[in-house]
Amino acid sequence: MSQASVDHEGHAAHAGHDGDGHGHGSAEHAKYPFLAHHFETPAQQFDSAKLGMWLFLATEVLFFGALFVAYAVLRSRFPEVFSYGSHYLNTVMGGINTCVLILSSLTMALGVYFAQRGKRVALLICLWLTMAGAAGFLVIKYFEYSHKIHENLVWGPGFYIPPDNAIGEVEAADLAHAPAPAPVAVPAPLNSALSGVPMVGTHPAVDASVVKAASVGPGGLGAGAVDHASAVTHDIIPHDVPSDHLEDPKMPPNTHLFFAIYYAMTGLHGFHVVVGMVVIGMLIYRATRGDFGPNYYTPVDLVGLYWHIVDLVWIFLFPLFYLIH
Amino acid sequence: MTTIVTPRPELLDTAAGKDDYLTYTRGFLSWALTLDHKRIGVMYMTAVLASFLVGGTFALLLRTELLTPGRTICSAETYNQFFTLHGAIMVFLVIIPSIPAALGNFVLPIMLGAKDVAFPKLNLFSFYLWIGGALFTLYSLAAGGFDTGWTFYTPYSTTTTTGGVIPVLMGVFILGFSSIFTGLNFIVTVHKLRPPGMTWFRMPLFLWALYATAIIQVLATPVLAITLCLLIVERTMNIGIFNPSMGGDPVLYQHFFWFYSHPAVYIMIVPAMGIISEIISVHSHRQIFGYRFIAFSSIAIAMFSFIVWGHHMFVSGQSGLMNTIFSLISFSVAIPSAVKTFNWTMTLYKGTISLTAPMMYGLAFLFLFTIGGLTGIHLATLNTDVHLHDTYFVVAHFHYVMMGSALIGMIGGLHHWWPKMTGRMYNEKMAITACIIIFVGFNVTFFTQFMLGSQGMPRRYYDYQPEFQVYHVISTIGAYIMACGFFTCAVCFAQSLMSGKQAPANPWGGRSLEWQCTSPPPHDNFKSPPTVGNCYDFSMLRWDEKEQGYVVDKELEALAIAAEARGHS
Repeated sequence: MSQASVDHEGHAAHAGHDGDGHGHGSAEHAKYPFLAHHFETPAQQFDSAKLGMWLFLATEVLFFGALFVAYAVLRSRFPEVFSYGSHYLNTVMGGINTCVLILSSLTMALGVYFAQRGKRVALLICLWLTMAGAAGFLVIKYFEYSHKIHENLVWGPGFYIPPDNAIGEVEAADLAHAPAPAPVAVPAPLNSALSGVPMVGTHPAVDASVVKAASVGPGGLGAGAVDHASAVTHDIIPHDVPSDHLEDPKMPPNTHLFFAIYYAMTGLHGFHVVVGMVVIGMLIYRATRGDFGPNYYTPVDLVGLYWHIVDLVWIFLFPLFYLIH
Repeated sequence: MTTIVTPRPELLDTAAGKDDYLTYTRGFLSWALTLDHKRIGVMYMTAVLASFLVGGTFALLLRTELLTPGRTICSAETYNQFFTLHGAIMVFLVIIPSIPAALGNFVLPIMLGAKDVAFPKLNLFSFYLWIGGALFTLYSLAAGGFDTGWTFYTPYSTTTTTGGVIPVLMGVFILGFSSIFTGLNFIVTVHKLRPPGMTWFRMPLFLWALYATAIIQVLATPVLAITLCLLIVERTMNIGIFNPSMGGDPVLYQHFFWFYSHPAVYIMIVPAMGIISEIISVHSHRQIFGYRFIAFSSIAIAMFSFIVWGHHMFVSGQSGLMNTIFSLISFSVAIPSAVKTFNWTMTLYKGTISLTAPMMYGLAFLFLFTIGGLTGIHLATLNTDVHLHDTYFVVAHFHYVMMGSALIGMIGGLHHWWPKMTGRMYNEKMAITACIIIFVGFNVTFFTQFMLGSQGMPRRYYDYQPEFQVYHVISTIGAYIMACGFFTCAVCFAQSLMSGKQAPANPWGGRSLEWQCTSPPPHDNFKSPPTVGNCYDFSMLRWDEKEQGYVVDKELEALAIAAEARGHS
């Protein structure tokens, strides 16, 4: 980037030498140091940046869009898998996360508002709050993930390995003794157990039994998981519950697919939250330095747009995964 | 409308040539860290041509292997890697970036009358993404290569034991982002950096084509990116979404892949069509026929491109209804394509045609694109497609479109803008000879493959029935002829760089803005915002013997302004 500034300086010197500068934009360039050489006015630069960001958001929508299509295809093929798998997700934690993200969107929007009015301290407070929201989201997500991984509620063949009950001490030996990854073999008897029973979700009695089975297991987590984070790992997880998802005769075949798409979509979303934290961190650095004011707040505006779409994706993910049973 | 044309001081100090972007600053870093779209375009062009050499070498190797049934020079496994590498390199490293990223980067801001693209740093970043993607692709060779075909179809791509699959998927993923950022940059540039007077309908058709291409790049490529991510996850973590034995769906992969890769075909061909619109009009010195139709047909093709992907999957178990719908929509792509072709032909009609090298490539394009387009109709027809699917007929069809049209268009464009890019003229006779050799070699290679395919020779096969051998031998000879043509072309360019004579500002008689600045253009493109006129009105230009190029004639210009004023009253 140092070369960039050299380029610009060389350019400026050259223009001065030529005598006619940058055409009619030269006065604007002298007035606004942030104005790049190829733009004529700050408004043009701002509009360009904003259009660029909207286009980038369009690519993000399509990026997630393919996963939503995969979700739709799999769910239409295996509706029972989705309504069953959803019981293993912790609605309370998901709900809290939704609130956290919506609040962080609010603080981000306020940040843009304060940046436009040159209120540096208020902007910084808003940015730090947004950062805290993002971090809080990831912490809660971490506990959700780690619990599921302990229970072997994962993607692929790992789903069919009985969970290790000694939480936190996954031993290689145990895994070695576990049945070999046999995605096809395991569901087969379950499939026969399920035959004769109407599809989950179409029959109220079956639905109820599924809810009951799940509530003993991880599905029942919601009850007390609200208070504080440490409770989640130590107190709430019932140590005496057997590896229920494998022993549950109501588990439909291919349930691993629910978790595959769950981890794919929430994982990609989580990655975007991490990227969001990085760019918000850069904004905090620049805002502390005092870069932003009524004339120039483009980066705050753009990061704001990005952050809103990250929230928006979650607002779709939450009901599609947590609220479908 | 009355202040269209004023004399341009830029034209006058051509000979001085003090300020040109090539010598504006010196040293390796001044290129490696440049934010100048022209230098980035030149770097892209160099990189793309180097990849073309590699991809072409693989093509020659696999054609040589096919000289005889059974083993000729390599094992079947090596052959699988050859055609995969040839396809992947040509598609992702050569044709997709060739026109938008290389020529487009150079030409678009100048044609538009802007000083640069909207986001110069992003532009440089996307070039380095391209380099990163290319390095990953190279690394995949070291990691054991890959034999999946450039389409990476599941479940083979998730189960093959060749070690280079994940590196090349990473590489293509990165190249995708390079393409997205270029497209994004171009859209914003066209929207926001047009100088006063450059209305949408005064934009040269190449800009319309690049704009349509950029829309496809931005909207289609993310889907490829996420699909490749899923494929990597599928291969490393076995998530089962594309794996039928785990309840997943391999056809879902094909849908995702072609949702990008069919539009990608238009990422390749639409900008080439834009180049042809420029070449045909400038080199026949005649106003382009049906400007608005050509402009809108580019947009129409971009729209259609998103809803025809299913025609790659007629035999993949799609429902009959879907097949019918996709077939119907695929036919309708013929409409905007034909609109363009007829308009180009009408532009030639009664034009003052100069058979320059760019024009020769333009005419070659017209001929080859017509064949490539019309054979597409065979493949869009459901019942003939069942017979022709996955045969050499398909190979020949898409080579006529991707190589005979897109790549020939690119090379024609390179000849067209070469004097502008380098400031040097090339040996016209040698360039024309090269074009003719390429044209002949191309038809010998690929027309034969139509016959092979219609007789049932499947594509990607290592071995074949002896009765096919004669066609394979002819096709391979054609490939060698083509290689000679490209070699001649390379010699011609090398000679131009070393000893070509100084290029005038306007060697062909073009009227779009890039011909108004010096050859090569100054660092800033324009010292003051350029005046914009009708870029296809050539009536005011005359050949200047001293300048060895075209200049604006004052008297003709007054006539032209008067004529335009009459036209508007």
